[in-house]
Amino acid sequence: MIGLQILVNGLTLGALYACLAVGFSLVWGVLNVINMLHGSLIILGGYLTWYAWLHWQVHPLAALLPVALLLFALGWVIQMTMINRLVRQPVLTTLTVTFGLDLILYNAMNVLFDATPRRITLDLGTLSLGEVVLAWDRIVAFVLALALTLLLYAVMNASRTGRAIVAVRMDRDAAELMGIRINRVYAMTFALGAGLAGACGALMAMVFPITTNISGLLLGKAFVVCVIGGLGTVPGALVGGLVLGLIESLSGHLFGPQNAVLIGYGLMLVLLMTRPTGLLGRKGYE
Amino acid sequence: MKRSMAIFAVFALAVAAVPLAGDNYLLQQATFVAMYCALALSWNLIGGYAGYPSFATAAFVGLGAYAGALLQNAGLPMVAAWVGATLITAAFAALLGYGLLRMKGHYFAVGSISIVEVLRLVASSWAGLTGGGEGLNVPIMPGGPEFAGRVFLYAMWAVMLLAFASAVWVDRSRLGFGLRCIEQNEDAADMVGVPVTRYKTAAFTLSALFCGTVGAISASWVSYIAPTDAFSILLTLKVPVMVLLGGPGSLLGPVIGAASFVLIEQTVWSRFLDYNQAALGLVIVLLIFFLPGGVLGRLRWRAKPAVQPGAAPAAGSAP
Repeated sequence: MIGLQILVNGLTLGALYACLAVGFSLVWGVLNVINMLHGSLIILGGYLTWYAWLHWQVHPLAALLPVALLLFALGWVIQMTMINRLVRQPVLTTLTVTFGLDLILYNAMNVLFDATPRRITLDLGTLSLGEVVLAWDRIVAFVLALALTLLLYAVMNASRTGRAIVAVRMDRDAAELMGIRINRVYAMTFALGAGLAGACGALMAMVFPITTNISGLLLGKAFVVCVIGGLGTVPGALVGGLVLGLIESLSGHLFGPQNAVLIGYGLMLVLLMTRPTGLLGRKGYE
Repeated sequence: MKRSMAIFAVFALAVAAVPLAGDNYLLQQATFVAMYCALALSWNLIGGYAGYPSFATAAFVGLGAYAGALLQNAGLPMVAAWVGATLITAAFAALLGYGLLRMKGHYFAVGSISIVEVLRLVASSWAGLTGGGEGLNVPIMPGGPEFAGRVFLYAMWAVMLLAFASAVWVDRSRLGFGLRCIEQNEDAADMVGVPVTRYKTAAFTLSALFCGTVGAISASWVSYIAPTDAFSILLTLKVPVMVLLGGPGSLLGPVIGAASFVLIEQTVWSRFLDYNQAALGLVIVLLIFFLPGGVLGRLRWRAKPAVQPGAAPAAGSAP
């Protein structure tokens, strides 16, 4: 049954989209910064995983955590040394500066790794359930993407750091008066976003060919997911990601993959104009 | 004001005199200077005066390029195709502005940047009209490259002059005053009777108008267009960077920014072939950290030390 296959494909893709966007959404929602670096951070995570797999025979799932920690550290440093100084500036400034950083990272990756598409081939075979066929590597990526997204949810809700991040998102000034060290919370948020981007890159390298050229495409997905689901919350990113995955899977089947991307953007623009707080968003809560 | 216009007149005459040097490389660079000046002056209307962080420049340039190329291929004379492309781009911007300008700050930035992406996707998938990924050829201008080079320089120069003239007009008119009010506090401006929606749409349309012309001219200049070059994300961010470099919200800022940007591009990072994007990125980062308010902001701060240096660029513009 083709409908079921489309549904399953959409959900597996959607979980990756959710994982891809959740860090971006967190940074946007809490710091009010549109992080143009996000796409390149995902690619960096993918490349590092691929490099470890090819040269040191490290299994991508074993590389996932170290790669995420490495990008976490990178994100912390970027936020502490640079973006914290600009965080109260208008969007024009912060977007431009992260774009400048993105150009540097993008160029560095092109020089260090060059832009050939890379993929980790694990050859885990496929799973057939009736007429629905799924590659095992996709299933693994799906489960881990969901797990990472839910892990962030748990961190946000159960840990001290997570509660501090939520408090800063709700009211920066009040949080500061309560004794929360804003700059550290910002650095933590940005680092979490970068670490999740790295982990997501590691997952994507198992499923898709990764190249620096798609960093803009991934960033675009993060935009769309955030607008569909609403900003700064994990459930929002999850809903946005799954909805986008299903839409792309369905419209890719009906109109071809090129137009599927277009439909995602179209939906985003319509939502931006009519419901800028997203499907799950509350009015006046940004 | 008078001094700005005098300085611009000297600058424009200098650009117009470049063909006298008889150097084709210089001629090309002068054309780029005029082109980026026109784009930066245009962007300044919406991004500088009204404080709306528009990243749609490349959408309008690309739309103008495709409209001009298609009109020229349909048999229209070159200049008529440029005018047609300008009108089409302006009409598109006016309609788009109606929807897009309801958003503010971050949402507007993301919405406007997505327009570039959407148009690029449309251009590459609508192969029947646009030639898809293979791009479109535009008739090469007869008369030899020397002559054509001059024609395109003066065409871009004329657009730069028109863009400056419209900036002067906006600066002096009620529209400019209203836009500055919107930049500082849109709700308050609305309250005291500034026709906010009309002014924003007017500024957005004006800012798109000359982008369309520039696109059409450059399509004829290069005589080939393809989706990725026409709708370039790099261009869409370069232009605001130029204005930031010069000083937003002023008449001369965009001109200074665009001219010095092209100069830096040619002298510094064209030398680093493998690292030119990183060099551009570094320039952007350094600019934001060390030159907030741009060259003009820095000059003003020197002249009047009583004004806080950080106050000029950050004024108003809600996040």
